[in-house]
Amino acid sequence: MQLTDKRESTSGLYLQLFLTFCKIGAFTFGGGWAMISIIQREIVEKHKWIALDEFLDLLAVAQSMPGILAVNISVVVGDRLKGLKGSICAALGTIMPSFLMILAIAIFLTPDTIKNNAVVSRIFKGIRPAVVALIIAPVLTTAKSAGINWKTIIIPVTVALLIYSKLPYISNPIIFIVLGAIGGYIYYLRSLMKGDNGENGGNEANREEVESHA
Amino acid sequence: MLETYLKLIWAYLKIGLFGFGGGYAMLSLIQREVVDSGWITSQMFTDIVAISQMTPGPIGINSATYIGYVVTGSVFGSIVATLTVVLPPFILTLIASHYIERHRQSPFIKGAFMGLRPVVVGLIASAALLLMNSENFGYLNSERMITIAICVASFCIVYFTRIHPILVIILAGITGLLVF
Repeated sequence: MQLTDKRESTSGLYLQLFLTFCKIGAFTFGGGWAMISIIQREIVEKHKWIALDEFLDLLAVAQSMPGILAVNISVVVGDRLKGLKGSICAALGTIMPSFLMILAIAIFLTPDTIKNNAVVSRIFKGIRPAVVALIIAPVLTTAKSAGINWKTIIIPVTVALLIYSKLPYISNPIIFIVLGAIGGYIYYLRSLMKGDNGENGGNEANREEVESHA
Repeated sequence: MLETYLKLIWAYLKIGLFGFGGGYAMLSLIQREVVDSGWITSQMFTDIVAISQMTPGPIGINSATYIGYVVTGSVFGSIVATLTVVLPPFILTLIASHYIERHRQSPFIKGAFMGLRPVVVGLIASAALLLMNSENFGYLNSERMITIAICVASFCIVYFTRIHPILVIILAGITGLLVF
């Protein structure tokens, strides 16, 4: 009861949800992970909409679903506060700022502009290799956090090379996402039966899946 | 026109439904749908990633908004693509949050995520590999010397220092303006 008293019970909360997530969407660069701490500050500390431990539970749900993490978080928070309508308000709030900004860019900075404007095209020539570097860096950091070792490195290497190969069907990333999930599940069940705690789970079964596929 | 919209919706439904592991891991999926289908060039795709990095908001949304507009030439296409990419995760997340206890205990979710972790590393690596091409690094050897140097330098800054990626992009842009 006390918690519900703290929330504005009127429809004003819908607007507040929308605006709060608008703010989160407008001021966070770099997507999901960077957004989490800011969302936590707004939702848990500033507005006190949700207690921290519940927020962490909801965060776990949002992380385990596909799609854009920031949107998923707004969905669970909005739903927790105001049901379906709340989650729609929160999700639209998250999307709105980047949508408007990118739409403006799409209208004014067309592919032709980038190609034909001498200044813009030189700037982008310099930017493109840097963007590739920005994608190489998280390969190494996620490999570390996923606990990839010399035995399990075969999985990311196989996945990367097959997608890169552009061979028909087999180069589709969706295949590896599905195989990884199923392989991990099988491995986890097996390790449960063996009585392990399933710590380094997934890797072995997943490797078999990927290898048998390759 | 209707066909274009249907293709756009189908592409972004898949991206939304299978987009695990965050923005970078989604790149190879997005690339397959929008570059391999001939909607945009690999170079343009890289440019969109760059623009995404410099503007707030998730790259999944940004690419949908930009590509929706470019492919259909209308704001409506942009709205359609953006809403499509969030629809599958919206529904799934909403369902999961109502079964939060069962969801947390689910052996499938636990196991699946263990299995996905190493795959995500491969997904990001494939995106990097796919973008290492002449469109992004230049066709002339003289250009390539410079672009490879920019790439190596950018990597070192991002990986070994705490300097923000946006600053790296800005520096690379200035370098491009000065040397090309």
